[in-house]
Amino acid sequence: MRPIFIAFVLGSVFTAPALAQETRPEIVGDAIPQPLVAIRGDPVRGRAIVVDRQVGLCLLCHSGPFPEQRLQGTLAPELAGAGRRWSEGQLRLRIVDAAKANPATIMPPYYRTDGLVRVASAYRGKTLLTAQQIEDVVAFLMTLRD
Amino acid sequence: MSRQALMRLAHFSLAVLLVAFGFAASATEIPLSERKSGYEFMGPQSRAMQDDDTANPGMLSVFDGEALWNAKTGATNQSCAGCHGDATQSMKGAAARYPAFNASRGRPLDLEGQINLCRADRQQASPFAYESRELLALTAYVARQSRGMPIEPTIDARTQPFLDAGRAIFDLRQGQLNLSCAQCHDDQWGQRLAGTVIPQGHPTGYPQYRLEWQSLGSLQRRLRNCLVGMRAEPYAVGAPEYVDLTLFLMWRARGMKFEAPAVRP
Ligand code: HEC
Ligand code: HEC
Repeated sequence: MRPIFIAFVLGSVFTAPALAQETRPEIVGDAIPQPLVAIRGDPVRGRAIVVDRQVGLCLLCHSGPFPEQRLQGTLAPELAGAGRRWSEGQLRLRIVDAAKANPATIMPPYYRTDGLVRVASAYRGKTLLTAQQIEDVVAFLMTLRD
Repeated sequence: MSRQALMRLAHFSLAVLLVAFGFAASATEIPLSERKSGYEFMGPQSRAMQDDDTANPGMLSVFDGEALWNAKTGATNQSCAGCHGDATQSMKGAAARYPAFNASRGRPLDLEGQINLCRADRQQASPFAYESRELLALTAYVARQSRGMPIEPTIDARTQPFLDAGRAIFDLRQGQLNLSCAQCHDDQWGQRLAGTVIPQGHPTGYPQYRLEWQSLGSLQRRLRNCLVGMRAEPYAVGAPEYVDLTLFLMWRARGMKFEAPAVRP
């Protein structure tokens, strides 16, 4: 389904120089096999994003192997083992837009801006995470093998 | 088949369809008997604080409100008591019936809206700002007179459209997180959002004292907090959307005990 990524494409028109190396996310089956940016994701940065309650927001809903993090969510599956259960491309799709895998999901779309209504002005037209942040998160999730 | 039999069949199929559809649309609604006030999700200390008038910080506002109830003000130099007399009698049950339809406005008003309307029309005084000390105090004083009474807003031909509008907002996925009120409060109540237990979202105790706010706050303030959490654009202060949502929430809590001023974590 292409329309989802129109915002992404428009975004790259307006900010072409900065995003020049981004690839348009292409869905194959239930995965996005190709990285969104050329620079490899950094699992250390990815972990920091996942545990940050203002940035990744993941622990609002998920719990995971983060012994130093108190107060983790119970709305979603445990993140431990995510890298064993899913391929890199499947994880990327679920972060980019989990509704692609499950239309009824409550997991927010992290790399989509269209189809959202009444977004607060500070966030309007902005994705929850940048392409690079998504690659970092995916790289980190791939390390969660147990 | 006779024409009559066909008609009966048609009616029957329609009824089956309606039931099936209605069920699908409301499959996640909380059954009446399983509803719980936010009170039931609290620890013993917070409950004790709410239950004991000498410990409940909301009671300071109630006393403040009692003074305002009796104070003459505005161009007409009228007090609330001048029209309504003893609030412990005349306001018994009132808050549990709001939002209520107001013919002159052609729409339901919440308690705050009604108080400000009385100020404008009867006292010829300027309306109180939302979340002002005075409006919270008067609302708390009036609300206190319904404590323990069942919530029962009037749903009829005039209020039904506003109830429906409120329900539509409740079900709308909105904001950058693309969440609806229903997804948290119908489907995920009892779960932990990070450390916080998600309540069913019943408006039983407003205005209420939140320890997190360190003050008394209105239901609108609570609703804005949830909208901000969803990264949705909050409706403007005093917007009709809040009243519609409040009417829906009160209807959703129909029969539950009113408990203002409640205490929440
Ligand atoms: C508002 C809730 C919510 C937030 C926030 C959220 N998720 Fe999810 N996530 C879910 C739910 C619910 C599922 C279960 C599958 C579904 O419903 O689509 C899920 C599924 C997943 C899965 C697949 C789970 C599995 O192993 O089966 C992964 C991986 C995942 N999320 C990672 C993340 C990451 C990383 C973040 C933050 C960047 C995040 N989620 C933020 C609710 C959320
Ligand atoms: C992502 C989850 C989430 C969403 C979406 C959400 N809320 Fe809430 N809501 C909460 C949590 C958690 C609390 C309890 C806050 C606390 O105790 O700190 C709460 C509290 C409330 C309360 C107070 C209940 C009480 O006992 O005082 C009401 C009413 C409410 N929400 C209504 C709504 C409405 C209406 C919407 C949509 C406009 C909404 N919520 C959206 C999570 C959510």
